[in-house]
Amino acid sequence: MRQPAFQLGMARLRDGGVLRGLRAWHVAVVLLALAVSLAAAATRLGTLGSPSSALAALIDYAPFILRGFALNLAMSVLAMAIATVLGIGLGLMQISEAPLIRLPARFVTHLLRNSPWLVILFLVMYLLPIEIRLPGGGRIPLPDWVKATLAFALPVMGNISEILRGAVRLIPTGQWESAEGLAFTRGQTLRYIILPQCIRRGIPPWMNWYALLTLSTPMASIFSVHEAVSNAQASMEAAGARPELLLPFYLFLLCLFFVYIYPIAVWTRLLERRYAVR
Amino acid sequence: MLFADPIAAGPAAIPQDRRALVSLRDVRKSYGAFEVLKGISLDVGKGEVACIIGPSGSGKSTLIRCINGLSPIQDGSITVDGQEVNDPKLDKLSLRRKVGIVFQQYNLFPHKTVLENVMLAPLKVLREPRAQVEERALSLIAKVRLTGKERAYPGELSGGQQQRVAIARSLAMRPEVMLFDEVTAALDPETVKEVLATIRELAAEGMTCILVTHEMGFAREVAHHVYFTDGGVIVEDGPPDRIFREAQDPRTRQFLSQVL
Ligand SMILES: Nc1ncnc2c1ncn2[C@@H]1O[C@H](COP(=O)(O)OP(=O)(O)OP(=O)(O)O)[C@@H](O)[C@H]1O
Ligand SMILES: [Mg+2]
Repeated sequence: MRQPAFQLGMARLRDGGVLRGLRAWHVAVVLLALAVSLAAAATRLGTLGSPSSALAALIDYAPFILRGFALNLAMSVLAMAIATVLGIGLGLMQISEAPLIRLPARFVTHLLRNSPWLVILFLVMYLLPIEIRLPGGGRIPLPDWVKATLAFALPVMGNISEILRGAVRLIPTGQWESAEGLAFTRGQTLRYIILPQCIRRGIPPWMNWYALLTLSTPMASIFSVHEAVSNAQASMEAAGARPELLLPFYLFLLCLFFVYIYPIAVWTRLLERRYAVR
Repeated sequence: MLFADPIAAGPAAIPQDRRALVSLRDVRKSYGAFEVLKGISLDVGKGEVACIIGPSGSGKSTLIRCINGLSPIQDGSITVDGQEVNDPKLDKLSLRRKVGIVFQQYNLFPHKTVLENVMLAPLKVLREPRAQVEERALSLIAKVRLTGKERAYPGELSGGQQQRVAIARSLAMRPEVMLFDEVTAALDPETVKEVLATIRELAAEGMTCILVTHEMGFAREVAHHVYFTDGGVIVEDGPPDRIFREAQDPRTRQFLSQVL
């Protein structure tokens, strides 16, 4: 009897009812996981000390931590926007016919893709000034969170550049030939024929990198950027730095990121599967 | 009646103006050390239909691709309407506007509808006004008998339909000569007929055509002149009746005995 309902659910997932599918299955799973982990935390704390006071502290400080999480999201969206624009530019340079453009672009791409994010973060934090002086005398301040955002954008930019190069290479040469036969220039061929066909293929890996980027934003806490992890640590400090606070606070952080990222991951998988079929 | 009885009609009379539109002189082309074309000469006049036949690997596709400058030649000369194709100063775009090409693998743009496929080049390359382009595109789609499919995507069409869209797409640039490279080779027998009908109609209207084909019956019916190539040279050429009935060269005879 469960079989038809299950198949119906799967069919719905496949037929593009992504949001409905997410509501039906995955949000339920996520909430369940959240509840179980909180309950587990509570029982474990029960043996250690005063669970009620630890949970009360968490509830007290939750708004502060959530405000920090909003910064994580802002950094991730901004960094992704920067990475997308620059990554597409770098990717286009990578497929240029001029070696003087192509080879440096390839080098930069490899450098950005194959360096530890943390090292890039340290470099950017120390190399960028705290403000940019404009020739006119104006000043643009560069707060730490902006620098961190730029640092997170760099490795993703390298990967987007590589996604673009790979997607262009996968377009059959017949597309280039028929465009050439119709008197399209190389630039026109890319713009009207090749790149539009790459978007579809590029979206799942692009989303994947967004998820990874978001999960890396807590690294900014090393530089006391007031994002979620940093704020959670400050909260625990303020609540008396008791060891029984660690588990509920960190589990809370885990759930925050999970609730945000997991639907993206599921959606990415759905898109991947849908594009693979065609 | 749209098409005259093919056998009775024969090729349309060649116009009096026999000025060569496409002219090849001693064309040589190599891939690395491997010489594919070893001195090819031929002339195709305005309104003429030339068929190139020959075994696989004899360089037919290479020859076609050289004519619109898709691949460069090492020696000799190719002129289209008096323009030297391999002149480095030549505007490749102006050449390709004059020469349409259709490939075996239709190579339609899969993310565009039939109408968009046909309209794209005139809009972006010729920069003609949209209304004018759309009117011409619709009449070309009608001409290849695909009215009603304007909004379909290539993936929703049969091979024969896709190939006819490819022909319409090429015609939308108003070329003076059309190159066809085994355009029916990937199709099943039923759809081959539809595509051949389209080409036959074009030929009857006086379009200059150079076509590589394995459809010997069709070559015999529409061609004014047939070239048999083997090993990078033209072994024998002449009117279809002579080539198909009384070929002189043993290689031609052997090839024809295998395919007929
Ligand atoms: N890009 C290339 N690089 C190297 N060799 C090539 C290339 N294109 C074609 N050739 C070689 O040139 C020769 C002629 O190829 P071509 O495609 O012109 O033959 P064809 O007469 O069209 O054959 P078919 O009837 O199979 O289409 C073949 O031996 C082929 O291997
Ligand atoms: Mg060929």
